[in-house]
Amino acid sequence: MRGGTRVTWALGVVAAVLPLAACGSGTGAAGGSVLSSSWGDPQNPLEPANTNEVQGGKVLDMVFRGLKRYDPRTGKAENMLAERIDSPDSQNYTITVKNGWKFSNGEPVTAKSFVDAWNYGASLKNNQKNAYFFGYIEGYDKVHPESGRQTADTLSGLRVTGPRTFTVRLNQKFSSFPDTLGYAAFAPLPRAFFTHHAAWLDKPVGNGPYTIESYTKGAQMYLKKWDGYPGPDKARNDGVTLMVYTDNNTAYTDVLAGNLDLVDDIPASQLKNVKSDLNGRYINTPAGIIQTIAFPYYDKAWDTDGARKVRTGLSMAINRAQITKTLFRGTRTPATDWTSPVLGTDGGFKAGLCGRACEYHPAEARKLVQEGGGLPGGQVRITYNADMGSHKEWVDAVCNSINNALGNDRACVGNPVGTFADFRNQISQHKMTGPFRAGWQMDYPLIQNFLQPLYYTNASSNDGKWSDKRFDGLVDRANAETDKARAIGLFQEAEGVVRDNMAAIPLWYQNGSAGYTDRLHDVALNPFSVPVYDEIKVG
Amino acid sequence: MGRYVARRLLQMIPVFFGATMLIFLMVNVMGDPIAGLCGERACDTATAAQLKREFGLDKPLWQQYATYMGNVFTGDFGTAFNGQPVTELMSTAFPVTIRLTIVAIVFELVIGIVLGVVTGLRRGRPVDTTVLLGTLVVISVPTFVTGLLLQLLLGVKWAWIRPSVPPEASFDELVVPGLVLASVSLAYVTRLTRTSIAENRRADYVRTAIAKGLPRRRVVVRHLLRNSLIPVVTFIGTDIGALMGGAIVTERIFNIHGVGYQLYQGILRQNTQTVVGFVTVLVLVFLVANLLVDLLYAVLDPRIRYA
Amino acid sequence: MPEPPQEPPHEPEGAVAGTGMGGGMDLAASEATALERTPHGPDGPGGTVGTGGPGPQDRPRSLWSDAWRDLRRNPVFLLSALVICFLILIAIRPSLIAPGNPLQCDLARAQDGPRPGHPFGYDGQGCDVYTRTVHGARASVTVGVCATLGVAVLGSVLGALAGFFGGVWDSVLSRITDIFFAIPVVLGGLVLLSVVTSNTVWPVVGFIVLLGWPQLSRIARGSVITAKQHDYVQAARALGASNTRILLRHIAPNAVAPVIVVATIALGTYIALEATLSYLGVGLKPPSVSWGIDISAASPYIRNAPHALLWPAGALAITVLAFIMLGDAVRDALDPKLR
Repeated sequence: MRGGTRVTWALGVVAAVLPLAACGSGTGAAGGSVLSSSWGDPQNPLEPANTNEVQGGKVLDMVFRGLKRYDPRTGKAENMLAERIDSPDSQNYTITVKNGWKFSNGEPVTAKSFVDAWNYGASLKNNQKNAYFFGYIEGYDKVHPESGRQTADTLSGLRVTGPRTFTVRLNQKFSSFPDTLGYAAFAPLPRAFFTHHAAWLDKPVGNGPYTIESYTKGAQMYLKKWDGYPGPDKARNDGVTLMVYTDNNTAYTDVLAGNLDLVDDIPASQLKNVKSDLNGRYINTPAGIIQTIAFPYYDKAWDTDGARKVRTGLSMAINRAQITKTLFRGTRTPATDWTSPVLGTDGGFKAGLCGRACEYHPAEARKLVQEGGGLPGGQVRITYNADMGSHKEWVDAVCNSINNALGNDRACVGNPVGTFADFRNQISQHKMTGPFRAGWQMDYPLIQNFLQPLYYTNASSNDGKWSDKRFDGLVDRANAETDKARAIGLFQEAEGVVRDNMAAIPLWYQNGSAGYTDRLHDVALNPFSVPVYDEIKVG
Repeated sequence: MGRYVARRLLQMIPVFFGATMLIFLMVNVMGDPIAGLCGERACDTATAAQLKREFGLDKPLWQQYATYMGNVFTGDFGTAFNGQPVTELMSTAFPVTIRLTIVAIVFELVIGIVLGVVTGLRRGRPVDTTVLLGTLVVISVPTFVTGLLLQLLLGVKWAWIRPSVPPEASFDELVVPGLVLASVSLAYVTRLTRTSIAENRRADYVRTAIAKGLPRRRVVVRHLLRNSLIPVVTFIGTDIGALMGGAIVTERIFNIHGVGYQLYQGILRQNTQTVVGFVTVLVLVFLVANLLVDLLYAVLDPRIRYA
Repeated sequence: MPEPPQEPPHEPEGAVAGTGMGGGMDLAASEATALERTPHGPDGPGGTVGTGGPGPQDRPRSLWSDAWRDLRRNPVFLLSALVICFLILIAIRPSLIAPGNPLQCDLARAQDGPRPGHPFGYDGQGCDVYTRTVHGARASVTVGVCATLGVAVLGSVLGALAGFFGGVWDSVLSRITDIFFAIPVVLGGLVLLSVVTSNTVWPVVGFIVLLGWPQLSRIARGSVITAKQHDYVQAARALGASNTRILLRHIAPNAVAPVIVVATIALGTYIALEATLSYLGVGLKPPSVSWGIDISAASPYIRNAPHALLWPAGALAITVLAFIMLGDAVRDALDPKLR
């Protein structure tokens, strides 16, 4: 029939177009010993004191080196640009910068590079989201007042005393202050940052092992090895191309196809296949992230002695081992304290500190909930934001576990909130009526960072507004304590207070995971779940 | 005709203002976007207040809208939260999305109409049933799954295509994403064509044409198809919005940084400037597309006239 | 700290899409009723045609009662009607064929295949797929059918008015549809549905109708514009027939086909749209059970547990098939040229 020939013709066109498509696509990986790696669009301009998420942090980690650097394996803070950091009293510090460091534009790194950067980061008028990191330095309340106009542009606690030395005066004793200095917000900045700010933002210049060669916003960034880098951790490859992916599953597929060398977040749905897909080129290492369930203590129902028993009961109703094994395939580890294994035992991590309360004991769980007067309102609704991270799956699993333990299929339900901003707004306006998800990624590997911001009265991430005088007192004493071991002991004592009240239910420690092609060797993730790019060898 | 077009162009003005105001209002109703910018912690109050001032969020709503519209007319569409001007986002997103949409529409037109004509002429035959089954698969299996499977099969297993589309995204690299994007619309176009063909093949003018002894192909293409295309053209006109602004899943699977992705991100981050900017351009596209569709009516059916 | 964005597995693609007259049968019936009761209809009150209602009466037969007579003898219609009745039945009483509890899940069985008593296997949370598929019918069928009906009625009435009267009517109605087209589904959902606290499917249905009618309205308008040019319409007008009579008796039967087609397909996409909205936290409140929710939850795991996707997607496909066949049969019955 003549109609039939027409169809054949049309299908022929389609058939002819498809192979053309195949010819058009080349390989994505750049030549030489440059590797390509998955990336996400940074949410903020790439200023060190304005970057508060992993993707921007990835770039800063390659382009900047600070006074300290956290060892990629142990997480210990070690001197990088700091020659020495001295303090007689844990409140006044004298910092000496090593000689011979330069920015990649040739400008030497001096004490002033740090002081100017810190003043910029702290000053209210610069809108830096990490400004509160400078909150321990004297004069912060003048440059960054809670309300009203700022009355100073520079921190009075910072003073340049020589080309390579400066002093820092804190507004309270803080013995682990030097160990916080590896955080990106404390990085030094070149003059160009202040004089040609817009140009700097288009192509940031720093003092790290890589320099930014080209940056197409929203698409990719090419970082080239800086041959003149004076530090000990020179890049062992020629460069890194960071490719923006909107979905890590696509990045994963691109690694399978050989178009991308490294994907540093394996999608949960592929974890079952990753070992066979990549033939063992998969790493799964602990990161300084803990997931917890927080409670609204501004709600009377949750701030009673009975509610404490209910919280402990809920904690014992969660089968952490099963959820981490089945849903997360070992990329999470059941939590047994409120810190993270990356701290190491010396750093304050104490496995089993939570005790029976973090183990799965369904019968005891039911008993405790009953003793505590039952679930407030008869049902717990775990609130989470639906837009980022796949929280729905684990919240559903946690609820199923609780429901099975309590023998009531409506005891626990998830309560998704559309956007992260809405979720944060509900938290900050104290609108939560039940438990909600809380995740904490450490800023620096110190036990202090896992406790103080989360549980100290009115701390910035104390979303549930939990407050306990004994806890606060112990943290204050620990911060003032100059002996490291004794300080950690005090922090652990404070953690005991959190445990006894079950201030938040610890769920699991999160690992970083990555997969890579056979071009790469020596791939590792640091405790911040960022690939250690400078160590990767290509070919 | 000229007057009709002029009138339609004039009508775009109230629609333009109505739509932008509506979207502006809706994004604002979602609440305070600043809280989402500081990660898992409360923004310190001073910085939050300062950011609000900077984005103009502390002003009354009408004033924000007036300022925004004033800026738009000078070509300034504001700034996204990551510091990028919205015009810059638009200039990277729209070209890719327009190419993707063109590919999808070509698929809809070519495959959809061909399948529609074939099934319309052979209702109830095996080919009709097969196409119906295909339609069901396309409707009930999410685009996410079809896209993912095609990507694994064509991109990894057989290595015919690159699994992800590179930033420059040329037409040939958009063939598979375009097909995935078109899939659901294909079902509509196929069945609309099929039904119209089936309905019109008994119409008088078709009988007349056959009686005149015209070749079958000429009857099908010139008479039958032409008169059957009005619903199809209408549908595609209404579908352009979904293809351009709503291709979120397709764009995500193939890593295309297009309009759907930017719009979705803008909505989730509650960035008024991004959302209103993108929607404004989309509204203009709908308006022009709908005008074209209406003009096409008169081409396809000469009895339809515009004063 | 924010993790990489995770978007809904079921996008708004095709979400803006069309609409329908999903309960083709019911709609045909109600339209017929409306038609027969119109004061301008000189043919008087025809049969009140409902499902299983009385057949045509001895009056002069109208097109609509002819159509009903045809339908009752059409095996395709009967089969699809049977499937739809079955779906409605299990939507009302799922426990008739699935006595289990769809919320009873054991993670230890996650993604397991079929075993005795659990013919469809288990999903990613270790819930029984068979029980969830049967129980999911209630929410999904309700959303699909009601949203489609709503969109079909609202869209075709407004579209027909715009197409038939033209001029100012058309300008105003069409420009309103243009503004509605501009609203992104995700934004609309987050804004309009987040304020709703109701635990039912009705807000979702209402939302879909609100955002879905413009597409159907344009389809109906296009069809009416074509149909009103036909000679028989001009003839009827010349004979002095009223607008209502022309619209209902002459234009509607000839313009309804594209509406039916778009509506029946849209029914399936609305069921999927419900899942997108639920994913965003603004659709059905947990712990709801629906095909859409299960399909979108199973989608990422297609490589490891395709069965968890297959069954709810199959149920959705059968539902859509039933309505497409029903719509086809109704259209055939209404086609005067086939007589």
